Amino acid sequence: MAKAKLKTHSINREWCKGCGICVEFCPAKVLELDEHEKAVAARLSDCICCKLCELRCPDLAIDVVCEKEKEGTSEN
Amino acid sequence: MAIKDYIRERFFPHMWCPGCGHGIILNNLLRAIENLGLKKNNIVMVSGIGCSARISGYVDFHTLHTIHGRALAFATGVKMSRPELNLIVPMGDGDALAIGGNHFIHAARRNINMTAIVMNNRIYGMTGGQYSPLSGYGTSATTAPYTNIDHDFDVVQLSVAAGATFVGRTTTYHVQQMVDILQKAITHHGFSVVEILTQCPTYFGRKNNAGDGVEMMKLYKDNTTSIGSKKKQENPDLIERGIFVQKELPEYCDEYKNIIARAKGK
Repeated sequence: MAKAKLKTHSINREWCKGCGICVEFCPAKVLELDEHEKAVAARLSDCICCKLCELRCPDLAIDVVCEKEKEGTSEN
Repeated sequence: MAIKDYIRERFFPHMWCPGCGHGIILNNLLRAIENLGLKKNNIVMVSGIGCSARISGYVDFHTLHTIHGRALAFATGVKMSRPELNLIVPMGDGDALAIGGNHFIHAARRNINMTAIVMNNRIYGMTGGQYSPLSGYGTSATTAPYTNIDHDFDVVQLSVAAGATFVGRTTTYHVQQMVDILQKAITHHGFSVVEILTQCPTYFGRKNNAGDGVEMMKLYKDNTTSIGSKKKQENPDLIERGIFVQKELPEYCDEYKNIIARAKGK
């Protein structure tokens, strides 16, 4: 199994409407809403690269880029 | 290609309310299309009227934003003349099953190769929160202040009875399942129906004390289960998710081609 490692996590603040869906359903509690009611990745080091925030964002505002890290020699 | 390559970025941010599930459907429909590697020029998206219908304006395919309830009729016209194109027809619940109810059942009966997506938020959002044929008994709406006495359709059972050869259901919470079902529906050779439960926090949520987009998605998580699961046996009120029908039957455009050949005496 290849394990993904976070490369970049970007949130388009122009498109984000602050619904909080990404914040609520992030399994690692990486995200929160700032004082302008926009999503920010406050604890980026906790990100597990599941991309659920990107998939569930109704505003298409989140882009998570991961790089694959090989674990061991076999990949299946 | 990234999903950003499939949208008309100049129209973003989109017009849907904060927390509206329609954007999640757009998001994951694009992922399904990306996974399938479909070319933008080979996709035609046809929509009717309503919040849901605005989806066609945001995608960079061939798009038709047509009249209320008649998206499937327009799509049938496109498909009959250009059967090689992939037809995707997103509709709201009112659009598909009230105004367009007859188009819906007859398109299913013909088994014409296209993907009908019923974006079911159980309300007419754009016009101010009137109840739809999918609101259901006992719900509240602008036009049902003392609660609704109409019973709702079961989209899955209706589609199966009407003859759709692919029928699936999922929700905006279950995004990975949504991508999977949409991919299978788009590649299915015949009439596919995918019902996606999607939240309208502005009207359905507010009128029914269901909370905001987040709370409504939690309800989808708690109130649905996989087809035939143990949870369903224990609690029959749970709504089933998954693929209910997937079968091969003669497709309408193929049959029509055969008729042309027969008429020409070949």
